[in-house]
Amino acid sequence: MVVTFSFWTQNYLDLDTSFTLANYREAWTDPLYRELMLRSLRISLIVTIVTVLLAFPIAYHVSFHVHQRKALWLFLITVPFWTSYLLRVFLWKVILGYNGVLNSALLGLGLIDEPLSFILYNANAVVITLAHAWAPFAILPIFVALERIDRSLLEAAKDLGDGPVRSFFRVTLPLAMPGVVAATIIVLIPTVGDYITPRLVGGTEGLMISNMIQVQFGKANNAPLGAALAVSSMFIVGGISLLIFFATRKIGRGGAD
Amino acid sequence: MSNRRNKLNWLNVYAVVYMVFLYAPVVLLPIFAFNSSTIIAFPLSGFTTEWFGVLWTTEALHNAVRNSMLVSVSTAIISTVLGLFAARAVARYTFPFQRGIMGLVMLPLVLPEIIIAVSLLIVLIQLGLSLSLWTVVLGHVLICTPFSIAVLSSAFRGLDPSMEEASFDLGETHWGTFRRVTFPLVMPGVISSLLITFTISLDEFIIAFFLTGTDVTLPVYIWSQLRFPAKLPSIMALGTILLALTVVLLILAEFFRRRSATRRGLDASTTEGLI
Amino acid sequence: MLDTEKPHARTIIDLDGVTKSFGSVQALKGITATIREGEFFSLLGPSGCGKTTLLRMIAGFEDPTTGTITIDDKPMAGIAANHRPTNMVFQSYAIFPHLSVADNVGYGLKKRRLPKADYKREVEQALAMVDLGGYGPRAAHTLSGGQRQRVALARALIMKPKVVLLDEPLSALDKKLRDQMQLELRQLQRSVGITFILVTHDQEEALIMSDRIAVMFDGQIEQLATPEELYRRPVNQRVASFIGVMNFLGAQATGSTDTHVSLDVQALGKIDIPHSGLPKGMKPEDIHRVGVRPEMMTILIDGAPSAERIVEGEVTETSYYGDMTYYSVRLNGLETPVTISMRNTAGRAVLRPGETARVGFATDSIIVFR
Repeated sequence: MVVTFSFWTQNYLDLDTSFTLANYREAWTDPLYRELMLRSLRISLIVTIVTVLLAFPIAYHVSFHVHQRKALWLFLITVPFWTSYLLRVFLWKVILGYNGVLNSALLGLGLIDEPLSFILYNANAVVITLAHAWAPFAILPIFVALERIDRSLLEAAKDLGDGPVRSFFRVTLPLAMPGVVAATIIVLIPTVGDYITPRLVGGTEGLMISNMIQVQFGKANNAPLGAALAVSSMFIVGGISLLIFFATRKIGRGGAD
Repeated sequence: MSNRRNKLNWLNVYAVVYMVFLYAPVVLLPIFAFNSSTIIAFPLSGFTTEWFGVLWTTEALHNAVRNSMLVSVSTAIISTVLGLFAARAVARYTFPFQRGIMGLVMLPLVLPEIIIAVSLLIVLIQLGLSLSLWTVVLGHVLICTPFSIAVLSSAFRGLDPSMEEASFDLGETHWGTFRRVTFPLVMPGVISSLLITFTISLDEFIIAFFLTGTDVTLPVYIWSQLRFPAKLPSIMALGTILLALTVVLLILAEFFRRRSATRRGLDASTTEGLI
Repeated sequence: MLDTEKPHARTIIDLDGVTKSFGSVQALKGITATIREGEFFSLLGPSGCGKTTLLRMIAGFEDPTTGTITIDDKPMAGIAANHRPTNMVFQSYAIFPHLSVADNVGYGLKKRRLPKADYKREVEQALAMVDLGGYGPRAAHTLSGGQRQRVALARALIMKPKVVLLDEPLSALDKKLRDQMQLELRQLQRSVGITFILVTHDQEEALIMSDRIAVMFDGQIEQLATPEELYRRPVNQRVASFIGVMNFLGAQATGSTDTHVSLDVQALGKIDIPHSGLPKGMKPEDIHRVGVRPEMMTILIDGAPSAERIVEGEVTETSYYGDMTYYSVRLNGLETPVTISMRNTAGRAVLRPGETARVGFATDSIIVFR
């Protein structure tokens, strides 16, 4: 398996160099691709921040306030994730649509006078859907990090005069950082390359780089350019992840010492 | 004290709201599957099982299901066997470049699937291989093996190395030790690995979309049907069946995980091994 | 004296120049020793001294880097653990959790393909030997720590090995149970007559259970002797302070006669030691330190009973243990206090810190060191 893996990477580069770097030049300079790339990054960064922020309290709740039924909670959190991704995204379309569940519910309750239109076929819809799809991937690493915190440390903080808020920011949060960083990276990387969600709920202004990659492989029949886009985005995401990783590690170290 | 209780309540409320958010799409699936209207929207018009009946007569769907079963079962077996070797190797031996190699093996876990799909497609074209269900299996094995390794590693990590030594010390051979001690003890892990990889493969779309030839898998079929509003209710029905199937598989996986925990004398409610 | 307890015992294990290196770290630096048939032998030392590595090499889980291991007159090089006449009781006990107690005990017998009745009888006998008769059908994970230990032992004994290897078998038990198991293990070893090799870091455990003890530090055997000899005549300061408590005092030889060496000892003054009290090869000028065990000194209260020699000091600390009292006493002319233990016999008063103590000792309880 490793062999196959290294093989295609290697093989791929061979292929590309024989085609010259023109594809990369195009991938990096064409305003359309650049716009798509930046949008993909922006959307996934927002998704990541939203997902991690939403996930943290849940992970905290399960780790600190649930005692008997932790496994059940984790199980319940992961169940939706195992249902067909395709259908889940599609159902968000149903929920967020002009005549969708959310709008009809809000109209029915008299909270709004006409359907909200800013929630489907744009970047917002993509953010909501992805935040939902990747929730367990954010919750689990944070939960693991929180579980590893020795509870006596919190008691020690309390004993030394810290209130709950102070001990949270001075003890819990710093110790949970590795989990938060892992969650960030785990969510960030795949969301940049997500294809289904932008395609189904993103409209035209919610399209992302992977849709373009697919177009290049499919209709446009320009596989090398598609590949150049894929590799470029992979490197950009990889770079950002490493940056996050090392930055937080440095901060973490500085804070700990 | 009252302050603390207050905070706890807010967290509880948040947890409930969050769970509603998590389950919203999942709950809608069966609702629309049994709704008699062809339009997927509220208000509901009536109860019907018609859409399930439609599924029985759709030939293309049956083919897709057969293809998907072939792909998922093959993927589950291959990646679990690979995962078994890898997890055992990592748990027991140290070898040169171990971290590097394992990093490479685990990479597909965090790589966007489209990149795996594209890269595999290029390699396959370069090698002159034609696309078929087996190329899909190849792609799926690539993304499923890391999950399998993760599940089995935790099974091996929970296995005291002196168990194998004890068996060996009592006169068993290496193979006999594997058969009588190691395998039974990691069996629950093997089963959950099979179930998890099966489920992932069954649900995977992008790689199947890129790598399949004329035979489509279930998600690719569903994707093609999402374009036709008239087909949607029966897709909802299909999704409901899949949902029920997955939940059953997951409960089974969880059951085996717990049984392994109990066998090792651990508290069954611990989260060890789940992650 | 105890050394000759089993004069005709033959050698069951012969270790000859055994070394073990893990990468650049040398875990064992040349172990040469013989273990006799039927003895209870202990490898005692702090963690990281190489004792477990040595045990695992005897079991066949590790190969020596150099040197030879001979068990029952057969060189063990190239013979794997499953073909050696040794069986091990693991520190974690390694009870197979998916098998019943009987299947655990009979695990190794299965290979021998005994008739069913014989198999059952042997398992029953082995269980009875460790006081677990009737426990056969129980699931292994329902057992308590002490019961697991017994199952592990029965599982090893049923193989009728030449040597049973025990890797810290009591370290997971609480103190009460440990004390009880020490005696039981010792009795069991006596009754089956099989050689036991015990690895432990607990000096008390080694003293109580063993016929002979090899004290190991840094991959070497510092001293191999009976418990009594180890306690009475430790060969160096390291062994002396590892086995029990020892007070060390600076000393210097001032003269030597045909029969005695005269020493000038800190706080204790002039002491004559017979030449026989010097370890082999030690010259009077090598002596720089002497040691006295806490129980070899007595605090004389009310002037009675008298002692061979008496010095004075001030009590700095009193630790009351119930049956014993441990005193820290700063002897006149000495910076650091010495430890003195006293049995709390009926009517004996306990001194308080600050009180003056008269300390008696006998010169023949003095041990000399380099």
